Amino acid sequence: MTLPPYAEFLGVTVERSDDGRPPVLVMPFTSDVLGRPGFLHGGAIGGLLEMAAIVALWHALDDDSARGKPIGVTVDYMRGGREGPTRAQGTVTRLGSRIANVEAVAWQDDSAKPIASARMNYLLTR
Amino acid sequence: MTAPAPSPAGAFGPFDPRRLFEARMGGHVGALGMGYRAHGDDWIELELPYADRLIGDPETGVMASGAILALMDMACGASIWLANRAFRPQATLDLRIDYLRPATPRNSVIGRAECYRLTRSIAFVRGQAHDGDAADPLAQVAATFMFTSAPL
Repeated sequence: MTLPPYAEFLGVTVERSDDGRPPVLVMPFTSDVLGRPGFLHGGAIGGLLEMAAIVALWHALDDDSARGKPIGVTVDYMRGGREGPTRAQGTVTRLGSRIANVEAVAWQDDSAKPIASARMNYLLTR
Repeated sequence: MTAPAPSPAGAFGPFDPRRLFEARMGGHVGALGMGYRAHGDDWIELELPYADRLIGDPETGVMASGAILALMDMACGASIWLANRAFRPQATLDLRIDYLRPATPRNSVIGRAECYRLTRSIAFVRGQAHDGDAADPLAQVAATFMFTSAPL
């Protein structure tokens, strides 16, 4: 699985991929993702969630010729992102023939305390 | 979200977005290369120049939707400072974007946001993004923000 240049820009890498679950992505805290001093920028958190969602979709499709075009995203911000790595994982809630519904969650120290979550819909072309 | 706070006058200073963006901005906004275009009483227009590092689909060269999300988050937040006539700390509560079409490769994306309702605690914002023709938008956004300090 090759992540696009935008993921590299955010510093996002695949941390682990096990048990057939969608991969967990990790984004280090750097000045490139900083918002107000000491906090992640909401846009960088949104970008990480979008990457986790599309990676989960690629994982579920398991088909290199298939593509998912984003139709829309809704992000809920629950906690400020502090200095430290942020992890995110997507879940494909429904994979249809034309539409995929994907959720993604981002957390820092404790996966039970998400800092943000997203719902995304994709149009599939195969 | 945000940016270095402008110099305070009183509790918080009057907000001048042009000065804010012309001073070299660091952090995520600076790394993305985001710039100022125009503003009014309750709206702002920002520009995100096309760059290879922002590509989301290497096959087509289309900019990542996440970068457009960051542009719209920033424009939404700045429109609230304008509507408030001052910088006031805030945090994004939720942000929804409809991606109407892919951004055209090599074009700058222009994001415009308008704060259409302010309450004591919450700001309501809407906006659109296009890549050259405002009549042919590529994204539509709706967002809410909460203030993280006491009312002005």
